[in-house]
Amino acid sequence: MSEAEEIPLWEVFIRPRNGLAHRHCGSLHAADAEMALQAARDVYTRRGEGLSVWVIPSAQIVASDPQDRDLLFDPADDKIYRHPSFYNIPDDVGHM
Amino acid sequence: MYSQGLIGSGEQTTETPEFLAAFQARIDADEKIEPNDPMPAAYRNTLIRQIGQHAHSEIVGMLPEGNWITRAPTLRRKAALLAKVQDEGGHGLYLYSAAETLGVSRKQMTEELVSGKAKYSSIFNYPTQTWADIGAIGWLVDGAAIMNQVPLCRCSYGPYARAMIRVCKEESFHQRQGYEIMLKLAEGSPAQKEMAQDALNRWWWPSLMMFGPPDGESEHSDQSTRWKIKRFTNDELRQKFVDATVPQAQRLGLSLPDPALAWNEVEGRYDYGEIDWDEFWAVVKGHGPLNKARVAARKKAWEEGAWVREAALAHAKKRAARHTAAIAAE
Repeated sequence: MSEAEEIPLWEVFIRPRNGLAHRHCGSLHAADAEMALQAARDVYTRRGEGLSVWVIPSAQIVASDPQDRDLLFDPADDKIYRHPSFYNIPDDVGHM
Repeated sequence: MYSQGLIGSGEQTTETPEFLAAFQARIDADEKIEPNDPMPAAYRNTLIRQIGQHAHSEIVGMLPEGNWITRAPTLRRKAALLAKVQDEGGHGLYLYSAAETLGVSRKQMTEELVSGKAKYSSIFNYPTQTWADIGAIGWLVDGAAIMNQVPLCRCSYGPYARAMIRVCKEESFHQRQGYEIMLKLAEGSPAQKEMAQDALNRWWWPSLMMFGPPDGESEHSDQSTRWKIKRFTNDELRQKFVDATVPQAQRLGLSLPDPALAWNEVEGRYDYGEIDWDEFWAVVKGHGPLNKARVAARKKAWEEGAWVREAALAHAKKRAARHTAAIAAE
């Protein structure tokens, strides 16, 4: 192998059972998608952890910058009118 | 890892006192640090070193036990040992992937291991001479590892803590299978009991050494504690291990090879004898019984696997090229 070359990195997502979303559980190195799936099975599901596995090349993930956290997420903090408890409904209306 | 490459894990942090104080405040508030977060270079480097050594220990740890897979006394024992060794391989992989989130490459870590530069747990430089050694390793070495690893599940670095949760879930079977082997031998013929006692004699002290040098001599301890990488000192964990293990040895009807071992009524713990730290440092520095053989075995596997890695990459490229050509032809 050309010694400079790294075997690509993949992110592994597992669905523990139907009805739940796939959840990130770790990463691994594999030359192609098929080998990544097989390796994910061996590395991350030795005890019935999953019914379905996704593998995604790590290089394909676009992530937000933690330094932008306030810029991105602060605007949601002061909009309490987006929550049901903001509205006053008399008790005698019953559950709503 | 979570795309740490995108936001420059190699990026220099500006470590002003304000930056360091802000980081410490996050740690003190029990916030988890995630891969792309700003962090002091020393925090990153401490974790790279610690997680890397931990990963190497799992990988090298497969060797002493792998030695007995083909000679396990029954199919039940063989299946269990095979599953245990496979788990150790898996644990190494979880940990390598946690270390990679900090910007170190897998290749770099592997090269440091096979060149003999990287450290791993010194316990794996001792030989497995009899079947009872497999019992003693599961019971004592995995038992000591669990003592160390349970607090790491709450480590401040998110990916390491998450990897440790998976590892701890799986390790409990390792310790139980080891103890069961010891129990069977201890209840067996006099020769079998003698074999179990001999293994315990040889593995007891190296197991105590697994917790590292005594407090006060451990160079990394204080800062790691402030950063909540470490939650207990080496001596605290060692004491917990001794207190948990002595009654287990008594239940086996085996004796621990330490004449100074005695219950301390006042302190509510066991006192134990002086550890031979000269032996510990000799093994750490490469002079244990099998240091050279362990590194040589990893080097051989790495070099002899080179053509497989090369072929897999070439195959992947060829298939990708064919796929592109097929799409272009449509």
